Amino acid sequence: MVKQALRAILSDDLPRSRWLAVVLVAILVGLAVAPFLFPGAKSLNVAAKICVFIVLAASFDLLLGYTGIVSFAHTMFFGIGAYGVAIALTRMGASWAAVAVGVVAGLAVAIVLAAVIGLFSLRVRTIFFAMITLAVASAFAILASQLSDLTGGEDGLNYRLPAELRAPFSFGDTLFGVRLNGRLLDYYLVYLASVVLVLALLRIVNSPFGSVLMAIRENPFRAEAIGYRTVVYRTIASCIAAAAAALAGVLLALWSSQTNPDTTLSFDIMVDILLMVVIGGMGTMYGAVLGAVLLVFAQNYLQDLLAIAHKALAGVPLLANFFHPDRWLLWLGVAFILCVYFFPSGIVGRLRNRR
Amino acid sequence: MLATKDLTIRFGGHAAVDGVSCAFEKGTLTSIVGPNGAGKTTYFNLISGQLPATSGTVTLDGRDITGLGASRRAHLGLGRAFQLTNLFPNLSALENVRLAVQVKSGKGLDLFSRALSHRELIDRAREHLVAVSLADRADAVAATLPHGDQRKLEVAILLALEPEVFMFDEPTAGMSIDEVPTVLDIIAAIKKRGDKTILLVEHKMDVVRSLSDRIVVLHQGKLVADGKPAEVINSDIVREAYLGGAVDA
Repeated sequence: MVKQALRAILSDDLPRSRWLAVVLVAILVGLAVAPFLFPGAKSLNVAAKICVFIVLAASFDLLLGYTGIVSFAHTMFFGIGAYGVAIALTRMGASWAAVAVGVVAGLAVAIVLAAVIGLFSLRVRTIFFAMITLAVASAFAILASQLSDLTGGEDGLNYRLPAELRAPFSFGDTLFGVRLNGRLLDYYLVYLASVVLVLALLRIVNSPFGSVLMAIRENPFRAEAIGYRTVVYRTIASCIAAAAAALAGVLLALWSSQTNPDTTLSFDIMVDILLMVVIGGMGTMYGAVLGAVLLVFAQNYLQDLLAIAHKALAGVPLLANFFHPDRWLLWLGVAFILCVYFFPSGIVGRLRNRR
Repeated sequence: MLATKDLTIRFGGHAAVDGVSCAFEKGTLTSIVGPNGAGKTTYFNLISGQLPATSGTVTLDGRDITGLGASRRAHLGLGRAFQLTNLFPNLSALENVRLAVQVKSGKGLDLFSRALSHRELIDRAREHLVAVSLADRADAVAATLPHGDQRKLEVAILLALEPEVFMFDEPTAGMSIDEVPTVLDIIAAIKKRGDKTILLVEHKMDVVRSLSDRIVVLHQGKLVADGKPAEVINSDIVREAYLGGAVDA
């Protein structure tokens, strides 16, 4: 009975590895109780970022891991979702109506743009498609910084969230010493939306449609020959991934009350989500979850860790320099190279193949 | 009825298939023979839509399908098994066949149900694996199957498409001798039903002789002979095409 329900929720795609199951439950529960276990603005911010990036990486895995589409325009859709809400909240004031308008507009723009790019260019070879998405994404980033009346240019937009999501809003006293305020409510909005979105993506990749995507990844020529119009399937997959990325952007905008090119449109983020998917394990969905958690953690805490190591090694001449907090990107790079070298099929692939 | 009229494809100046007009009746098995490079597989590619014709037409039951893509032709009942094994390599044998069954069911665009919940598709896929005696390898990843089993899986996919026109491109190539009868029996069984069009490209003359109702000979892209097996196999033009071609080379 429980097993049946679990299969239904996870769309028959069970972790198929005890360790993976343990890690996933730890992430799910850890993020659920994060505000109470790790109170404080920074840790809550990291937890919310993890939720947002799990959705963003999972939606990218739908493209890269399941359909075999290499796109560099994924952050563009993330940005469209974020700017949709940000612009609506800036123009219409801090109301839920503004949020709704922003979400609908962002989703519409993202889906239409993905469909246009898909229909015009998914017929070409993978590498050319990747180049086209790179060009479109660059053009879009420039457009966003030039249209400063609308987007705030390089500075981006600062706006007020609906009252219920702001710190002054209170829905009780305290629980386990944590104030029940709008920020807490905002966090759980982001958390629950992320869980729902990941489960929805998991359903899509395990649906009959998802099985066709994997067939296209494996052998597009044969998929076409047995009767699947690959360009249609690829375009729909692009639209779904774009919509999910836009919703991740919406969550980010609703969490941070500021949206700018650096946090939503930059190429750095594109590289980050690519790494998340590859390190976690392409074409597994759970890999995107693991990859996002690892990377966001590393970005936020590796410097702190290095600072501790740096202090401990203060007397040692060369080593202390290596562990200087400013070298965190170097260590991150080393960690990734080792990760890709030792787990070519990603962490999830490695865990599932343990015997 | 499947027919081609003046069907031609040029690669640069070279006509790989050159003005081939031929009609294939329901209920008959036609073998297409010819030396290597005669254009047999290219002719198949033009019929099933993998290549666009330079000129000429392909018609199926009177409908001109020359401009349609491969997937549309598959939906209209053209089923193709490939000469070089052409599977979904990292998916299981069962999933390879289930995908073909799923085309027929029209569920490909169903995004919201669980693929595994459609038991009827899985059961039908299993039946096709049984037909090619691969039932015990259902969960094996296609790429790990031995060559002969991959060829059988190729045939199982074709069966799963339930086409009106079966196109076999050297279905027994590279198979061990004891595996060949499984595939030939399947082709004979389809033929026996009497309502399907079967096209067969094959080099083994004993196979061609025993299965075919009719033989068409291609040579340097042109149709050079067409008739009953006994007449064609012993005709001068076939001897010349095979032996002459070999001497020229």
